[in-house]
Amino acid sequence: MTEKSFFRRSAIGIVFFWITLFVLIPNLLVIICSFLERDPAHFIRFVFSTESYRNLFAAVFFRIFLNSFKNAFIATLVCLLLSYPFAILLCRVRPSLRRYLLVLIIIPFWTSSLIRTYALVILLKGNGILNSLLMGAGLIREPLQILYSDFAVFCGLVYTLLPFMILPLYGNIEKLDIRMVEAAFDLGASRMQTFFRIILPLTMPGIIAGSILVFLPALGLFYIPDILGGAKSMLIGNFIRDQFLTARDWPFGAAASVILTAVMGFMLLAYYYSLKRFNAKLME
Amino acid sequence: MTQVVVRLENIAKHYDDQIAVENLHLDIFAGEFLTLLGPSGCGKTTILRLIAGFEMPDSGNIFIGGVRVNDLAPNQRDVNTVFQSYALFPHMDVFDNVAFGLKIRGLKNREVFTRVTEVLEMVRLKGLEKRSVTQLSGGQQQRVAFARAVVNEPLVLLLDEPLSALDYRLRKEMQLELKRYQRKLGITFIFVTHDQEEAMTMSDRIIVMNQGRAEQVGTPKEIYEEPVNLFVANFIGEINIFDGFVVEIGSERLSTRMEGHMFHLLNRRGFQPGRKIRILLRPEDIQVHKTRPADYFPSLEGQVEELIYKGSTVDLQIRLASGKSVYVTEFFNEYAEDIFYSRGQQVWLRWFDGWEVILPDD
Amino acid sequence: MGTWCKRLYMAGIYLFLYLPLLILIIYSFNRSRYSTRWTGFTLHWYEKLMHNSMILDALGNSLIIASLSAVIATFIGTLAAVAFYRYRFIGRKVLYSLVYVVMMSPDIVMGISLLIFFMLSGISIGFTTLLLSHITFCIPFVVVTVYARISGFDPRVLEAARDLGAGEFQTFRYVLLPLLMPAVLSGLLLSFTLSLDDVIVSFFVTGPSFEILPLKIYSMVRLGIKPEINALSTVLFIFTLFSVSISQLLIKEKKK
Repeated sequence: MTEKSFFRRSAIGIVFFWITLFVLIPNLLVIICSFLERDPAHFIRFVFSTESYRNLFAAVFFRIFLNSFKNAFIATLVCLLLSYPFAILLCRVRPSLRRYLLVLIIIPFWTSSLIRTYALVILLKGNGILNSLLMGAGLIREPLQILYSDFAVFCGLVYTLLPFMILPLYGNIEKLDIRMVEAAFDLGASRMQTFFRIILPLTMPGIIAGSILVFLPALGLFYIPDILGGAKSMLIGNFIRDQFLTARDWPFGAAASVILTAVMGFMLLAYYYSLKRFNAKLME
Repeated sequence: MTQVVVRLENIAKHYDDQIAVENLHLDIFAGEFLTLLGPSGCGKTTILRLIAGFEMPDSGNIFIGGVRVNDLAPNQRDVNTVFQSYALFPHMDVFDNVAFGLKIRGLKNREVFTRVTEVLEMVRLKGLEKRSVTQLSGGQQQRVAFARAVVNEPLVLLLDEPLSALDYRLRKEMQLELKRYQRKLGITFIFVTHDQEEAMTMSDRIIVMNQGRAEQVGTPKEIYEEPVNLFVANFIGEINIFDGFVVEIGSERLSTRMEGHMFHLLNRRGFQPGRKIRILLRPEDIQVHKTRPADYFPSLEGQVEELIYKGSTVDLQIRLASGKSVYVTEFFNEYAEDIFYSRGQQVWLRWFDGWEVILPDD
Repeated sequence: MGTWCKRLYMAGIYLFLYLPLLILIIYSFNRSRYSTRWTGFTLHWYEKLMHNSMILDALGNSLIIASLSAVIATFIGTLAAVAFYRYRFIGRKVLYSLVYVVMMSPDIVMGISLLIFFMLSGISIGFTTLLLSHITFCIPFVVVTVYARISGFDPRVLEAARDLGAGEFQTFRYVLLPLLMPAVLSGLLLSFTLSLDDVIVSFFVTGPSFEILPLKIYSMVRLGIKPEINALSTVLFIFTLFSVSISQLLIKEKKK
């Protein structure tokens, strides 16, 4: 074996091995598991069944799912609407200052969302800062019950996930060639036309990437309802966790997780096609 | 060619504290091919962007088609731009790129189709309508950028170094092609380049720009043969510059000392005795003699230092007795079959009376 | 007027992101245990933290896991990025896409897939399973960070190294690695932070035998606000602040 092929084989081999063993196989197991029967003693019984998938459509669970999707969708939309103008404005700040402003977005991106969610509790709770401020300003007389409501969960999702929308959008908008905008103006397009026909399609990869990073966690971050919403509101994430840890219905939980994976698959596909439109490649 | 399409009236533009354009006054006529020529940073692109509407002048007025357009946005001006490195929309195919301006104007699909097809045929891109613009060659992209702009039949087409990204051969081809389209369409072209050869090839008129000022405006022939100052003379082609000093003047001629000889040259500019001057000679205007020419007109003596064979010409570098180097281009033709020299050979230089250009030394 | 609106909008977003964290930090120094009113400055909660052996144990475990998984993930991730860049092999694009998928996939999906995998393969839940899981979710971040840097520089540099007689490993060791160092270090720091902060994946793949800090905080937070958690969260936030700033400086370096 030559030195090159040794180095090459070990580099590729180790990656291949790791991804296969800890990503590919576990995910295949989830899919397999979702098609099996539950067994109170050994978690699963090796008998083919589509019962788990049928159960997902049972009214009780289906409502949870629908509700979770709705919440995640609105949270994603709100994040997008807040982030898009922000990202555009950030791109216009002079570079020396922009560097620091960007780091200020990256810091919450990397800060534990558990800690950030917890920080919200202090702000929102009955005798917390927000209520004290509102009462001090004479806007309300009684403390608002924000915490432990669906609204609190919603706030928590937007708050924790906002940086995950801003960063990909910024990355995309920053690369947007200003001459594209000039060319559109030059050819007679108005501001609105330029936005919808040029800027929006060209920043679509950023929009989709941001949406993936917000929408999927908004379905799965089970500790946010735990901390902010008591037990009332539920995400798919809470549901899956409960199936594995309390209800002990692995196939059911696995089926729900397969649904999440499928949603991710669709979104990644959309991302891929939005890139392909410009012949851009993932690896460049 | 007397109708003014674009008029720039005392235009000035600064970026921070840098002057981009300084007190420019310029009339551009209907149907002409006008080139803004100059080194990078001379303000030529700024002028284009001012006309297109991407920049606002600090002072002065811009008229397009007789209307003052200072306050009009780019999308409201009847001009279109072929951008440097094209700025094609990467998410649209060739057809949609070219159709963009027409669709924006709300033309019917049928008409859009007819006009786009027509233009694509003209620029020889028929059959590539559905191709993604990112999959085109440089020359094809250039044609799409051109088609996208002219399909709107603008009053004026602005071209910002459109050929600079192409290789030499393709650039030559596209130069002739653009010139042909311009004649065919009758649209006024304002072309920006830093390549003097390109400017000479294509233009009806050239404006030589330097540091935000127009140094000279004229036909390629005027600019080349009668540069008004040293900047223009140096920027356009090769030129030899000699220092001189007006000793005395006659009725038509001045006497000057130059390279140790006394010359009697035509005094077109009315220089007075005592004036320091520069005498400019193009390399192809100088004749080389292998023996001392025997008549009253003096010649410069020197030695051949370098010989460069260029196919249709031979370029010589000749060192004069004073140590100064002179560049001479000799053409092969039937009258001078013997233009072969050797290094170190003694030669005598002279030129036809009146072919020199004399400028004040300042 | 317009500019002020824009500035106000940007300031609003920053306020939204930082106000809760700021309040959290301020409250970690508040003397009062239950009230939201400010009753005076104290370091008492930090002191209490220092003497809480359960939290300290969990912190110790977290640091061990984070260090080990960061180092191993950085090693594997760097090799992977180099392999993706330098070699054309069958499945290269698929493998690289998988790396992206892992990065994008919801934590909960990764958590349960690894749980099922470990349970079925008979590995008992604890230190080992936690370490393997953390390495797995850190690798993609290293790959992407390092790959971004490699694809940014001139491939002729490597050809020059070969031309001057360097072997495959020597090229890697003396040319590629030094050039990649900022990205590698940045990947290491980010992996460390990622591992230190993870809740969801860890939730499924570790048990009571090996408790780590985020899970400890999670179980405490579910019961309400405690000043010690304010202090602990502040410490962790400050740590993130530093490591992100350093990793940003490292990445920025390349642009000079």
